[in-house]
Amino acid sequence: MKHKRLRKFFFYIGVAVILIYFLFPFYWAVVSSIRPASELFSSHQSLIPFKIQLNSYIQVFTERPFARNILNSTIVAGSATLLCLVIGSLAGYAIARLKFAGKMLVMLFILSVSMFPQVSILGALFQILRSVKLINTYPGLIIPYIALTIPLTVWTLQNFFRDMPKELEEAAYIDGSGKFSTFLKIVLPLSAPGLVATGLLTFIFSWNEFLFALTFEQLPNMYTVPVAIAMFTGYYVVPWGQIMAASVIVTIPLVVLVLIFQNKIIAGMTAGSVKG
Amino acid sequence: MRVKNIDPLHRTDPIYAAIFVIPTLAVIGFIAFWPLGQTFYNSLFKFALMYPQSKVFIGFSNYGKLFQDSRFMNDLWNTVRFSLWSVGLETLFGMLVALMLNKKFKLRGLVRAAVLIPWAIPTVVSSQMWRWMYNDNYGIVNSLLLSLHILKKPIVWLGFPATAMPAIISVDIWKTTPFMILLLLAGLQMIPEELYEAARIDGANAWQRFWSITFPMIRPTLGIALIFRTLDAMRVFDIVYVMTKGAANTETLSVYNQWTLFTKGFIAPYFGYGSSMSVMIFLIISIFAFFYVKTMKIKLD
Repeated sequence: MKHKRLRKFFFYIGVAVILIYFLFPFYWAVVSSIRPASELFSSHQSLIPFKIQLNSYIQVFTERPFARNILNSTIVAGSATLLCLVIGSLAGYAIARLKFAGKMLVMLFILSVSMFPQVSILGALFQILRSVKLINTYPGLIIPYIALTIPLTVWTLQNFFRDMPKELEEAAYIDGSGKFSTFLKIVLPLSAPGLVATGLLTFIFSWNEFLFALTFEQLPNMYTVPVAIAMFTGYYVVPWGQIMAASVIVTIPLVVLVLIFQNKIIAGMTAGSVKG
Repeated sequence: MRVKNIDPLHRTDPIYAAIFVIPTLAVIGFIAFWPLGQTFYNSLFKFALMYPQSKVFIGFSNYGKLFQDSRFMNDLWNTVRFSLWSVGLETLFGMLVALMLNKKFKLRGLVRAAVLIPWAIPTVVSSQMWRWMYNDNYGIVNSLLLSLHILKKPIVWLGFPATAMPAIISVDIWKTTPFMILLLLAGLQMIPEELYEAARIDGANAWQRFWSITFPMIRPTLGIALIFRTLDAMRVFDIVYVMTKGAANTETLSVYNQWTLFTKGFIAPYFGYGSSMSVMIFLIISIFAFFYVKTMKIKLD
């Protein structure tokens, strides 16, 4: 009995260590973002802030186009996600349900892209986008993001489609419904949870992407959130208070998303990799 | 009523299939395979990005130069070093946490959510948060270690090769272990409880149960997690770019390549050279992926 209690005690110490390890950097970012500059730039900072000040948050929006950066990211990641779901669900359905020659090849073609190092196509993609005048535009980032996220989208969606009972589709076909209208009216509504899970992953990926955004959007007004946060500099010192404030601002919506859709995100992440 | 096509789902229907699949193939073709081909084409020339009209065909000599470029070889080693440490440690750590989370306990839901957050935020944001914590003058890492008397003087963590790479690896571990944990946890939850009960009746201890049941059962999941993570680690860009920009011997292949293409090769004739580097990175990662899939015996379908 005593032995068991001791084990439980150590187990919960382990849990506490894990929680502190993963959450402390966020706590520290919040604390640093509300600390007055005089305290922030001192070598001995208290673990708990005694004076609270919101200057950093105000400066992020008044001294920089950060509101515009958030808008850019929302437009780019939102459009990329929607388009990717439309295009990817079609392919995912074909792979899961339709029988056609060369399916294995199509699959390999799609999956091989997920292995592409982004930097390998960076230079040429820049040339191509420049030749059609898409540098420093939204489509110049949305289109590459669709290509980057479509392998994962197709792969997870075909897993969801495969797990759906076939009977409803078969009944629709027997009633004379065509492939396309069956897909639209029966399959898509039934697979809504899968679409949400996949869409969340696509959105998070596009929202977080850095290398393409850094290279294809070169005007501060067109920066996405990650580029803006990477580029924060000041005249004399690194504006750490502002960097932390901006980090907290973009982390909060993601935390909310994670808390609400925890199970869906995990389902999307692990779909396909666990079944093997 | 006569029913045509008793089993319409299995009917071969090339036109429909084409309509469903073509948009995806078109996007991938235009945005991934075409640029890849063009990168290879570029790699055979000497030119600057801004002056494509003064292109000079030089065959494969960019590739020859690549192997004599000590910076390239050094960055290749940095990339491998980074990947080995990062993936190795996060696999170990991820497995440990996944095994803990596989037990039912009060705070399990909270821990699972907490673990997801580092994974969900932009890498740039996590890099900045840690860069601030590693700051030599005002960082919490130095001030904690100083007040615990572990350090006598503050360390410039990101300024020296001996500490900069470990610091960068530590950030990657923090950021990507959650992926390992959640994937492995999902794998663990598929293992039927009866197996463990039978082993317990046979008198197997926890260590034996892990090696004879858990490990073999989780091997396929572990294999896939390792592939994803290693390929990701070999492409690392964001963390290095934000934390050191490659200083203090932390430069990796992607960072050097991006710099060669867009800083050095912008007006100087190094864009072709940068392209040959891009092709080489592609080849290294492809060979690696192929080898990995082969040895892990993973079926993709």
